[in-house]
Amino acid sequence: MYVIVAGGGKVGSNVTRTLLDLGHELTLIEQRSDTFARLEEEFGPTVMRGDATEIAVLERAGIARPPELLLAVTGDDEDNLVISQIAKEAYGVRKAVARVNDPRNQQHFDLLGITQTVCATTSILGLVEHEVPEHGLVQLLELQKEGLLVVEVQVEGGSPSAGKKAGGIALPQGSRLISVFRQGRTELVEPSTVLRPGDQVLAVAPTPKAMDLRRALLGAPK
Amino acid sequence: MNAVVVGCGRVGSSVAKGLAAEGWDVTVVDESEDALARLGAGWRGGFVVGHGMDVNVLERAGVLDADAAVVSTDGDNTNLVIGQVLQKRYGITTVVVRLLDPARAKLFGDRGMTIVCPTRTAIAELLSTVERAKPKVSSA
Repeated sequence: MYVIVAGGGKVGSNVTRTLLDLGHELTLIEQRSDTFARLEEEFGPTVMRGDATEIAVLERAGIARPPELLLAVTGDDEDNLVISQIAKEAYGVRKAVARVNDPRNQQHFDLLGITQTVCATTSILGLVEHEVPEHGLVQLLELQKEGLLVVEVQVEGGSPSAGKKAGGIALPQGSRLISVFRQGRTELVEPSTVLRPGDQVLAVAPTPKAMDLRRALLGAPK
Repeated sequence: MNAVVVGCGRVGSSVAKGLAAEGWDVTVVDESEDALARLGAGWRGGFVVGHGMDVNVLERAGVLDADAAVVSTDGDNTNLVIGQVLQKRYGITTVVVRLLDPARAKLFGDRGMTIVCPTRTAIAELLSTVERAKPKVSSA
């Protein structure tokens, strides 16, 4: 089968490797020059450099054949949506699978008829909700020697920290907010950063204080 | 009449000020609080800080009862997605989207949104200006 993969990050490059091993014909499109150089070293002429949202680039990749499958797996949801729309609506690609990076954008994919989507964050959150009794706090990394935990906390509408400046939140001693992930972007937390519902906050805390940190940001566990 | 302008760069801010001067109630959305300065000290309209892909941001900006929307962020694909969301999800009748890429402008041109492509306009204008300047060949 002929496949076009748009975006050669972790997802795109691994899918490419697997599909090539299975004997499929494929073109991988990557825009960033450093990533492209690395991919070209591994995959050779299978990789094409360009912006996969440009129609001329898609045409050079053979979108008009059309491919049996198009995978829009860049790190940008708007790009993935537009690539999928162009493929399906202008070139009659039957199967377009899009990666959703920010689960809040899932509704836009649904609205615009891109029904086959994959969202790693949603899948992981689904697992977390089953496996972790304390909702809202995901342990990312434990630094055993230092006695520190790196955690991710999702701020909700009713969280005590929502709408507050980071500098005004009383955190347990030795802990610190590092960054917030919102709308597909990561920003470092400054004392003036206002936390908003939906923010994914990366934080570090002494291991025994992790639950206190959770309470400070999200309130008492339900 | 209510209008929402998403993206407060050179184009968005001027469109917002122009609409306000014509008597529209205008709310501007931009990711950066600094963009407010582009609207000038006398800005009396609304201003919401946030990303236009975020429906909470759009709703705070009043898209639920907007009569018109102008989408002019610096990303073509962002504009295309936001424009379609404003049209399909919120049913705004007049949605104007700025796209720099003529190819995408053509492809998404017949979906009920109005697409303005400054690149296309510039190309046509440049061509016609050069054509007009061409020295006349005398027939003698």
